[in-house]
Amino acid sequence: MADINVKINGIAVSVPKGTTVLEAAHTAGVDIPTFCYMKEINEIGACRICMVEINEGRGFRMVAACVYPLNFENTEIRTNSPKVMDSRRKTLELILSTHDKKCLSCVRSGSCELQALCNEMGIDNESTYEGERPTFEIDNSAVHMYRDNNKCILCRRCVAACAKWQGVGVIGANERGFKTNIGSAFEMGLGETSCVSCGQCIAVCPVGAISEKDFTDQVFAAIADESKYVIVQTAPAVRAGLGEEFGYPIGTNVEGKMVAALRRLGFDNVFDTDWGADLTIMEEATEFVDRFTNGGTLPLITSCSPGWVKYCEHYFPDMTENLSSCKSPHQMLGAVAKTYYAEKIGKKPEDIVVVSIMPCTAKKYECQRDDQAAAGVPDVDYVLTTRELARMIRRAGLKFTALPDEDFDDPLGLSAGAGDIFGATGGVMEAALRTAYCWLSGNNEEVVEFHEVRGTDGIKRSTVTIGETEIKVAVASGLANAGELLRRVQSGEEKVDFIEIMACPGGCVNGGGQPQQPMSIRNFEDLRTLRAKALYDEDKAKTLRLSHLNKDVQKLYDEFLEKPGSHKAHEILHTTYVKRTIN
Amino acid sequence: MATKKSVPFNGTEEQKAKLLAVIAEQKGEKGALMPVLQKAQEIYGYLPIEVQKIISDEMGVPMEKIYGVVTFYAQFSLYPKGKYNISVCLGTACYVKGSGDIYNKLQEVLGIAGGECTADGKFSLEACRCIGACGLAPVLTVNEDVYGRLTVDDVADILAKYE
Repeated sequence: MADINVKINGIAVSVPKGTTVLEAAHTAGVDIPTFCYMKEINEIGACRICMVEINEGRGFRMVAACVYPLNFENTEIRTNSPKVMDSRRKTLELILSTHDKKCLSCVRSGSCELQALCNEMGIDNESTYEGERPTFEIDNSAVHMYRDNNKCILCRRCVAACAKWQGVGVIGANERGFKTNIGSAFEMGLGETSCVSCGQCIAVCPVGAISEKDFTDQVFAAIADESKYVIVQTAPAVRAGLGEEFGYPIGTNVEGKMVAALRRLGFDNVFDTDWGADLTIMEEATEFVDRFTNGGTLPLITSCSPGWVKYCEHYFPDMTENLSSCKSPHQMLGAVAKTYYAEKIGKKPEDIVVVSIMPCTAKKYECQRDDQAAAGVPDVDYVLTTRELARMIRRAGLKFTALPDEDFDDPLGLSAGAGDIFGATGGVMEAALRTAYCWLSGNNEEVVEFHEVRGTDGIKRSTVTIGETEIKVAVASGLANAGELLRRVQSGEEKVDFIEIMACPGGCVNGGGQPQQPMSIRNFEDLRTLRAKALYDEDKAKTLRLSHLNKDVQKLYDEFLEKPGSHKAHEILHTTYVKRTIN
Repeated sequence: MATKKSVPFNGTEEQKAKLLAVIAEQKGEKGALMPVLQKAQEIYGYLPIEVQKIISDEMGVPMEKIYGVVTFYAQFSLYPKGKYNISVCLGTACYVKGSGDIYNKLQEVLGIAGGECTADGKFSLEACRCIGACGLAPVLTVNEDVYGRLTVDDVADILAKYE
């Protein structure tokens, strides 16, 4: 569309006709605060914090910058005039009139968008409007998170994430006016609904109204307990996100400092879930080759993402047979730690505590599932999000930026590049294809990159030819995309042999347990691409890039599991699923 | 968190067939949810979880979205009318004469909020605006019976007549 010339705070800029005031201002280097606005999925103009003055030739008036399109030459916009500032303050004061204002004890203190803006706007009275404040019971019913509506500002970002990105829609606005609240149908607790535990709602919440259930105290206590041998492992995406909590640019890989921090927190071993990813590939590629060549249920669908698994159980119960029976990588590592490794170090499984640091809130639910206890005790005892790890590091007084770079411990710390890229959409598929390619072609060490399955498109498709064999693969991230793909597969419109699904858009790097970036950044930067790059760079830089060449994984099979897909491997590394209903 | 309880659901197959026909007619139309909910309320008299579940399954709309719409608009009710529907006038004259206290007392005694129905299906309670009997303020009606010049102490006697 043709460009038009407008003036923002007196500065001339040229933008395509139809650009919103918010985007034009961003181009001109001017920030306009927003609460409810999420590009493409929540353009509702509801919160009114972004009101600005605009003159399209008939005098100045107030409009919502996030949704107001610029259509006229010489439009003038004021984003910081006294009238605008006054409006912004009034809106903040009105939001505060129904907010609990308990900043001191709030999990989001310091990263809260409301707190930051109040501070920026110089709000000097938290209680300008005294009067009745709605009070709400805290919803603790879900395994992975809680909701405290006493802090909710009704921006509806969580609602949009749940319905639009994830196609789940178990939360929404109930009642109206003063009684409006975000909740589930018939006041069900979240734990009773078909919530999949992905945590995307938490990742986009501007305030402390929703958060993961925090297990940092329990982990500190386990470390302090001399009778316990405490093992920690970290998912690939954590190293690509954790740095943001300590001021590093988005997409900085802080693996070395993260390992150093974990060691200083007092964990007895610091292992890498990427090792578990390599092991997953051995089992999953074996499972695929078996199903593909022996007429098993296809498409095979990956099972690394517990949010996806739960979604499948609720929304596509007829397809649970398509799910790979493989446990997810961290559960596999936990299972191996409490069996094979426990024997090696002469510990009883019940004396070992496995802590998983994950970019994910659904893992908190996953570790409590049935059939995730190879040694008779849970494979994984605690799952902490990337955010909780950052809290532990701060609480322990570690100066993260000053830490040296250290390496993971052996023997569950060595990983191939294929394991690193598990954290990005398409990564599991590529890792599996690299190994399947080697096995089927007979060229055991050739590294083939599969670029068609990379990138942030919601659904990606590719046909891979290995010798005479053609394999049709598809990759989906974001459960709304997954649902769309599966409906096509179910109806027969699309024929696929192997599907990778990750619940969160862009995969684990953008997981519900990753550091929260304010919407002022998320609306203009692509977290998924920036963080994924850190993992692809790590893969590229390694000489070991194929899971099946991981010598410590090979050793596990030689000494303990015999071969991939063996009876023993199934007992320890595989799991089962249930069929659920939609609530 | 407690899931909202209503009176036991007594929907018939005939009602369900009617609802399915309405949905079939509207399905795929943009903005179909409102007309479907209005018809559903005509058919059942209210919109309990069982009815919302049918609409959710048939239309592919998450139940929460339906519940959000139902609780937003005053025209929709989650509860049926009881055998005896008590309507308390909160119009200006009655309110000034203390009908608010009577309304609160009824909620307390019946153990339900306005708009709800007791679990045995006997009493439902609602507030209404002026019924044109201001001379008798404060006024309430139980089905067709009108009671006027009330005080909070009259509540128990009135309810006793319907036990």
